[in-house]
Amino acid sequence: MADVALRMEHVYKKFRKGEVFNSLRDLVPALTGRMFQRQDLAGHDQREFWALRDVSFEVKHGEAFGIIGHNGAGKSTILKILSRIMRPTKGSIVVNGRLSALLEVSAGFHPDLTGRENIFLNGTILGMNRREIESKLDQIISFSELEDFIDTPVKRYSSGMYARLGFSVAAHVDPEVLIVDEVLSVGDHMFQQRCMERMSSILKGGRTVLFVSHNLKAVSELCSRAMLLKKGEVAIISGTDSVVRHYLKDAQEPCAGDESKPVYISQVRVSDERGERSTFESGQTAWIDVEVTARERVQKLAVLLWLADERQYQIFQTSTEVLGHSRFCLHPGENYRCRFELSLNMGQGTFYLDVAIGRYDIQKVYDRKAPAATVFIRSTSAVRGVVNCFPKLVEAETVLDSRLQERRT
Amino acid sequence: MREHIREFNKYSGLFWMITYRDVKVRYKQSLMGFMWAILMPVLVVISGIGVRYAYALAAHALLNKADVASVAVKALPWAFLVSSIRFSCNSLLSNKELVTKIYFPKEIFPLAAVMASLFDLFVASGALLIFLFAIHVGWSMQLMWVPLLLGTIVVFACGIGMIVSAAGLFFRDVKYIVEVLLTFGIFFTPVFYDTRMFGDKAKWLLLNPVAPILECLSACVTRQQPPDPLWIAYSLGFGMAALVGGYLFFKRLEPAFAENI
Repeated sequence: MADVALRMEHVYKKFRKGEVFNSLRDLVPALTGRMFQRQDLAGHDQREFWALRDVSFEVKHGEAFGIIGHNGAGKSTILKILSRIMRPTKGSIVVNGRLSALLEVSAGFHPDLTGRENIFLNGTILGMNRREIESKLDQIISFSELEDFIDTPVKRYSSGMYARLGFSVAAHVDPEVLIVDEVLSVGDHMFQQRCMERMSSILKGGRTVLFVSHNLKAVSELCSRAMLLKKGEVAIISGTDSVVRHYLKDAQEPCAGDESKPVYISQVRVSDERGERSTFESGQTAWIDVEVTARERVQKLAVLLWLADERQYQIFQTSTEVLGHSRFCLHPGENYRCRFELSLNMGQGTFYLDVAIGRYDIQKVYDRKAPAATVFIRSTSAVRGVVNCFPKLVEAETVLDSRLQERRT
Repeated sequence: MREHIREFNKYSGLFWMITYRDVKVRYKQSLMGFMWAILMPVLVVISGIGVRYAYALAAHALLNKADVASVAVKALPWAFLVSSIRFSCNSLLSNKELVTKIYFPKEIFPLAAVMASLFDLFVASGALLIFLFAIHVGWSMQLMWVPLLLGTIVVFACGIGMIVSAAGLFFRDVKYIVEVLLTFGIFFTPVFYDTRMFGDKAKWLLLNPVAPILECLSACVTRQQPPDPLWIAYSLGFGMAALVGGYLFFKRLEPAFAENI
């Protein structure tokens, strides 16, 4: 029991939707209205909805646990209950250790105070004492890269600066249990990179982290275990990889496709020799199995395959035709299967696999799945960027510049 | 309850930080800055002196020094009470982000609002002391009562502040009701007049728990007379009841704040 940092047991949370009475003036007509419509009592129950239904999970000390799910799945509600801002309607929670919740990193900012004053204010709100903040002040300021503006009221900041300062304070809080909600999506690319590094170093310090994000890459990089929430219920709790795969499969539309399509892509599988998966090491070989089904007779077909990076920029394209398989013809009810083998020489990141079936000669695409699958690439820290060129250091030495040498003599 | 107080203790750093923020932010981007802390009570005192002058004219008497001093002494605590209740009433609503996003004992907000108003009172009291000295109001050992009297009014303000802030979070009406009560409260509280003017009906006015505090303050500061301990006890009792009741009320509603704000 002692190694449990966070636990939720059969937690239910009910919300009212629709009108909430904010003033007596609203309340009186609503109450009289209800008196005259007795039969509406059944409708009264419909105004309640369960944001969480029977949610149970536990997080051990030193573990990083991720929560993913679509908007409105109840992720934030879980965090609010764990951080005691809300009380569950039913069920119980256990929190062992000093907990700090970064739900909204710049929530405590006051626009009229300067950046420096806000560091003290927000730091205190997040649970640091004055001495702690003073000792970390320089670190926080340099992390935020706002040295020049630190004595300017934050109302003059851009929204990016605002968020950066917020995260910098939050990242230097030293709790035993850290709850993080979507705070990594601030600032530019470089800043996000540093946020991720900071998060992993917090993790390495043996802290317990509960992490909620839409950013699947961040979740799969940081967390070893995860939970998928679906409409307030736990869909699956497992290793991050399989949860992410579950989530992505969920997001896909059903495979049958549009009735009007003469041929459609009925299945796309990404696997290696150990079976279906979504996370690969950089440089690893992956198999992509595509299955196409025809409803009508279609001629001169080819299967096309793209890879796109996080910003939907196409980085690679191939097709059955360019790989030497001649255009094929399908009759109603016939299936076509093919397997591509790709060396995933990409750098660390998330990549989208798009698949299409079409005809080159008349430039017609019958069906396209974008993305048909998402792959996460892991690599060592020696590789940065979109591609992995497998760098090796062959030679390195210090040589004096000959011109300088002449000048010296 | 003991647990709640222990927790509040743990967050005392935050309490002072929020107080500091409230004080600091209050007069930001205003030309007068902290002068407002003095100017506001000065305006109240001036209008009070105007009223006293009118009384004196009607009674065919002269406006004496003690009356002026008494108005000045009573106007300051009254201004403090009004500002702290008004300020704490809005304290939760204006910190919506913090109420819904981060956990800590939320009574910090109304209490910090009272503290920030208290700071203003101290600033203004400095000016008042100079004024009283200038018009040669004497002093005596009776001034020892002043901290107790001020403490009573602070306790009272804290209690009322917690009640109105929590209630105002659920129903915005509270804000308007409080405004009205604060505006007209001055007619039912002996700020511009003395209860002694009403002869044997004075005790009815003194039932207003703020009235004895102001009268006692005036007695011991301007007239160097001992205040009536019974009336102090009456006000203090009221203040403590407001504090404890307000605290329990606030704590009871607190878990529902985030959903209902």
